[in-house]
Amino acid sequence: MRTPRSRGARIGAVAAVATLALSACGGGSIDEQTQANEEQAAESGGECGDLNMAVNPWVGYEASAYVVGTVAEQELGCNVEYKELKEDVSWQGFGTGEVDVVIEDWGHPDLEKKFFAEQGDGTATDFGPQGNVGIIGWFVPPWLAEEHPDILDWENLNKYADEFATSESGGQGQFLGADPSYVQFDEAIVSNLDLDFKVVFSGSEAASIEAFRKAEENKEWVIGYWYEPQYFNAEVPMQRVALPPYEEGCQDDPETVACDYPETELKKIVSTEWSEGDSTAVDLVQNFTWTNEDQNVVAGYIASDGMSPEDAAAKWIDENQDKVDAWLG
Amino acid sequence: MTTAALSVDGLWKIFGPRSDRVIGTPDAELSRADLKAKTGNVVGVKDVSFDVAPGEVFVVMGLSGSGKSTLVRLLTRLIEPTSGSVTLNGEEITAASESKLREIRRHQVSMVFQHFGLLPHRQVIDNVAYGLEVRGVGKKERRAKAGEIVDLVGLTGYEKSYPDQLSGGMQQRVGLARALAGDPEMLLFDEPFSALDPLIRRDMQNEVIRLHRELGKTMVFITHDLSEALKLGDRILIMRDGAIVQIGSPDEVVARPADDYVKDFVSEVPKSHVLTLKWVMREPRPGESLEGPALPVTTIVRQAARAAIASEHPIRVVDGDELLGVVDEEDIMRVVVAEEES
Amino acid sequence: MTTTAPAPAVRKPVEPGAEPPPPERSSVSRWIPAAVVIGVWIVAYLLLEGTDTLALPGVARTDLHDRLTEFNNDLLASRDTNPVMQFTNSISDLLRSLFEWVQRMIVVPNPPRPVPEIGWLGVVAIATYIGLAIANWRIAVLVCLSFLSFGVLGYWQDSLDLLIVTGISVAIVIVLGMPLAVLVGTSTRANRAITVVLDLMQTMPTFVYLLPVVLFFGIGVSAAVVSTMIYALPPLVRIAGFGIREVPTATIEATDSAGQTYWQRLFKVQLPMARKTIIVGLNQTTLAALSMATLAAFVNGPGLGKPVLAGLRINDVGAAFVPGVLIVVMAVMLDRTTTAASERSEKVARGGGGNVRQRRVLLAVGGVGTLVAVYLSRTYIGLAEFPVYTIGDRIATWVNDVMDWVTSTFGGITGAFKDLVTTWLLNPMQSLIADSPWYVSFVAIAALAFVFGGARALVSSLVCLTGIWFFDLWHDAMITLTMTLVATVLVMVLALVFGVWMARDRKVDLGIRPLLDAGQTIPPFVYLIPVLALFGPSRFTAIVAGVVYAAPAAIKLVADGVKGVSPTTIEAGRSTGQTTWQEITKVQLPMAKGSLVLATNQGLLYVLSMTVIGGLVGAGALGYDVVYGFSRSEAWGKGLAAGITIVLLGVMLDRITRAAADVRRDDGPGPRRAFHTRLPIGFPGDRKVVET
Repeated sequence: MRTPRSRGARIGAVAAVATLALSACGGGSIDEQTQANEEQAAESGGECGDLNMAVNPWVGYEASAYVVGTVAEQELGCNVEYKELKEDVSWQGFGTGEVDVVIEDWGHPDLEKKFFAEQGDGTATDFGPQGNVGIIGWFVPPWLAEEHPDILDWENLNKYADEFATSESGGQGQFLGADPSYVQFDEAIVSNLDLDFKVVFSGSEAASIEAFRKAEENKEWVIGYWYEPQYFNAEVPMQRVALPPYEEGCQDDPETVACDYPETELKKIVSTEWSEGDSTAVDLVQNFTWTNEDQNVVAGYIASDGMSPEDAAAKWIDENQDKVDAWLG
Repeated sequence: MTTAALSVDGLWKIFGPRSDRVIGTPDAELSRADLKAKTGNVVGVKDVSFDVAPGEVFVVMGLSGSGKSTLVRLLTRLIEPTSGSVTLNGEEITAASESKLREIRRHQVSMVFQHFGLLPHRQVIDNVAYGLEVRGVGKKERRAKAGEIVDLVGLTGYEKSYPDQLSGGMQQRVGLARALAGDPEMLLFDEPFSALDPLIRRDMQNEVIRLHRELGKTMVFITHDLSEALKLGDRILIMRDGAIVQIGSPDEVVARPADDYVKDFVSEVPKSHVLTLKWVMREPRPGESLEGPALPVTTIVRQAARAAIASEHPIRVVDGDELLGVVDEEDIMRVVVAEEES
Repeated sequence: MTTTAPAPAVRKPVEPGAEPPPPERSSVSRWIPAAVVIGVWIVAYLLLEGTDTLALPGVARTDLHDRLTEFNNDLLASRDTNPVMQFTNSISDLLRSLFEWVQRMIVVPNPPRPVPEIGWLGVVAIATYIGLAIANWRIAVLVCLSFLSFGVLGYWQDSLDLLIVTGISVAIVIVLGMPLAVLVGTSTRANRAITVVLDLMQTMPTFVYLLPVVLFFGIGVSAAVVSTMIYALPPLVRIAGFGIREVPTATIEATDSAGQTYWQRLFKVQLPMARKTIIVGLNQTTLAALSMATLAAFVNGPGLGKPVLAGLRINDVGAAFVPGVLIVVMAVMLDRTTTAASERSEKVARGGGGNVRQRRVLLAVGGVGTLVAVYLSRTYIGLAEFPVYTIGDRIATWVNDVMDWVTSTFGGITGAFKDLVTTWLLNPMQSLIADSPWYVSFVAIAALAFVFGGARALVSSLVCLTGIWFFDLWHDAMITLTMTLVATVLVMVLALVFGVWMARDRKVDLGIRPLLDAGQTIPPFVYLIPVLALFGPSRFTAIVAGVVYAAPAAIKLVADGVKGVSPTTIEAGRSTGQTTWQEITKVQLPMAKGSLVLATNQGLLYVLSMTVIGGLVGAGALGYDVVYGFSRSEAWGKGLAAGITIVLLGVMLDRITRAAADVRRDDGPGPRRAFHTRLPIGFPGDRKVVET
């Protein structure tokens, strides 16, 4: 009994697959396309070559990376490879040729020391600002800013410390620390400003977002480390709390920090070896610059509208051909 | 004059840390429990020496923990002895190199185990042929040879079976066949039948007796079963706590136990089934009739009983032509009655 | 008349090396000193609270951590000259080109062709045919449906990528692992040494060694393969080694006495006899390899981990859920296929396996069909590129809707539950353990180890506690310990409830078991977001994630243990007229005590292995330190220290529970199922000891 049934099942499966397949195959034959590809390859000189684009794990970065990558692919015929990596791993990759471009760098003094020519092995090169300005600081959800406007000044924070208390903060107010990838001095700031708060680290961007989202929905009290540009701000426009203003050097000693975070010009960092090569993409990356609004649009396509990064980038490029043309010089 | 097939001299096995340092010191004389308490070492085999003649069936007998299984493993160095020597056909096993030892195991000695030790992933025929296979005998040849042995042990028709399809007794026949397949000069048996049912055990014992008669191999047979020892052994070595208590023929052991331990052991043995006339005969009393029938000295008491009852005269016990002594009905009755009373 | 019944006087147990059975220690006698220790601990805490806790701020580091970081920096600085790295880099090139070659064959376009050499139809046909050839038609159907689901749900390339990476990793693991397994199986000394390394490989959080692996093997495929290997090697070595060691001594001796050489013994006796166990090891290794998919994606490792992380990046549960489920599908497919293939080859070897001629015909027909499918897939684009379906997206949306509903409906209850557990269990325990001076906790933990596990556990815990103290993360370690203990308590509550229920009702068992399998296999990253949405970033969230991950194993162990209670005993109990409750508490649970202890041991280690995930959801402590070390290379040393501390905690908890259970020290995966080897099946009992 076993075998006849099995043969029947098999034939049935093959038939089903074949029908499914044939119905789907409307396109031409593979041979034709192969030929076409060969001809195309013969024509284009391949001036761009490979472009290894690091993709650091946040949506804003993804937006920048895919926009530049898509332009390089479409306009310059580059073979773009996106590599999903954290910052430190990306920088390590410059020296081995595995990474060519980091498109959005928030400032990594330690990595610069290791990889820039001045002090390190010179495998990485600063390619200048990419137009986005990073704003880091202490933020509260909008409902809180609206109902208690005075909370936006740090001097009033202690007044509300009790409200911010959670099961995690041991009687003090809870300050939600961030993903450990980011430069942060919150523990020092809290203690140096004599705030009755305890820093509890969310541990990841995802965790922070869920906390803020929940807080806004349920009118819960939350204050935490946050930043802009960030797609989530389109959904919940987080409000910044003013700390003592940043002055040059006030964050040099991590122990004594008692001031706000500076605004950061986000930079492009590239592999030295790649930048000295003759890829046509070098100029593109050098010229690339856009605004926080631009990035938030693309990030919104990805995060809120659920588009794939490729589609999101292509859509923005379509709508902003003039900007793209400027990068291409 | 090494006429012995196997000669064991001063063999020791001590388990535990720094076991080699015990021998020769006063510690070696301690009891097992004391030694263990003092040094953490356990004596497996303690200063054992004996010879086995070619063609002899030599039984080592003792209770569990007596060291008998260790002893048999020392003979082919499945366990390395701590000191002492084992000589097989003039070849000193204890001094042999790895490869020499392997040669000896391949060609001269085979062993049958209590738990059979068959390879469950191989058919009977390939289990039997295993010894030949490791020697490098070609497949065809070794299967042919193994086939013969399978027939010899009465497993014809089961060549293609797997061990787990056979009963315990049949599995042990496979074990026996495996040991025989290499045509060794000596066979070692480590309690081969103790895991079997009584009836099957008796069949297997008879099988061994038959094979011994047909093939005439030297055998060293380990058992904890006295009746098995008495049935099979030409000579019996009794062990306790790793040391020899007594060596002797079955009737010697029964008739003259070396100490209370052995005595206790043999107390339930039906003596008339074991003792020979040697142990019950006496000097003829003055004037006693010497007209009775003559029986050899090796006759077992029970077999002599009928003759003694039938005869009016005492039986003459002879060795060849020489008269050694006499036995009458009363002497024999004394053995039988003592048995009943105990 | 035989003498099989010797006089009792000589029948004393004189088995050499045997120890007298340990006196029964009633559990009451252990709890009293334990209560005393805890009482003293509480008093000391009340007197000295908050002093000498060795707390270290989240982003602070010590000199020791910086020195460890230097190690990584030195490696980095020497990467152009270091001969070892040159060597590993060339291996890495090899791995990469192998991967890419296979990829071009079956997944990505092989230029100038616009498609791979073999299109999807051909790949599905070949896979199905393999299932048919090595197992049976049922497996063939399972394989076929699994492969189709990869494509239909929209993750054709990622799925095949993961399959290739897993295949390469497992192949290397076999090559490296089998010799090690033989060593472990044949030499006690090697076993001891290797076991320590294996413990380390399995408990060390992946994030700790990801950076060095990248240094030695570069980004992407090779880093993925190597880190997968590190994690997947231990199950094979342990289980196969166990199998080899468990080959009956009787057989080894019997064949040794035939004069076999070392290699003959290995290849003709030990390996064939351990075959079944080795296959189990291989199976476990494959599943372990799959569970690394998401972590490998952190260094651009190809496979289904990528879409999972992408979903996480935009806090989209649905988007992470679908590829997560496909990992489960793949695991089930590989598990069932290897098991069935092993069973089949066993049958065939023994002359079974059904009608040979019929099967040959079937295979021939199937082979021709496969060839036709391959040809078609090389000819038509539609049969080469998997068509796009929207069903994956629809499932994702549906999952998101469900999650939204759940969070909005249960948000309040879950919050209250969280506060309850945190206030009444977690916080008091953490105060005691972490806010006592370090020396108080040190002594108290060691004393408890002694009370429950005796001298052996005391020594292990002293060594581990000293190590923890040395690595400068004492306070974090104590917080992590607290969370682990609380989570394990919850795991055991679930395990008892569901385990007993499953054991008593076959239908429940059948219904729940697949869920448990899925729970064990689905990447934790998939359920991070829902858990966060319900509980917010907190220690309790981490505990919930740990419970979700650890409960399936513990439930299965308890269920199997309770089920293993002999029916005769239960019948005997019933004949006395006991109630169901009495039957459970007085017969089934006490008799399944071994399984309960094992479940606790496994629960602790599984929960502990989620520490890093906990760091991602606001639990802080060691998990955060590891993530911090991975995220910022200047803090790598702190991450390493945290990783080692987690290992030390794991070893300590493992040794204490095992000593407490009085499990004989034997490194077989039986009692040593520690360090999650995910053993679904039992092992043969103790090997027979030859009487000496």
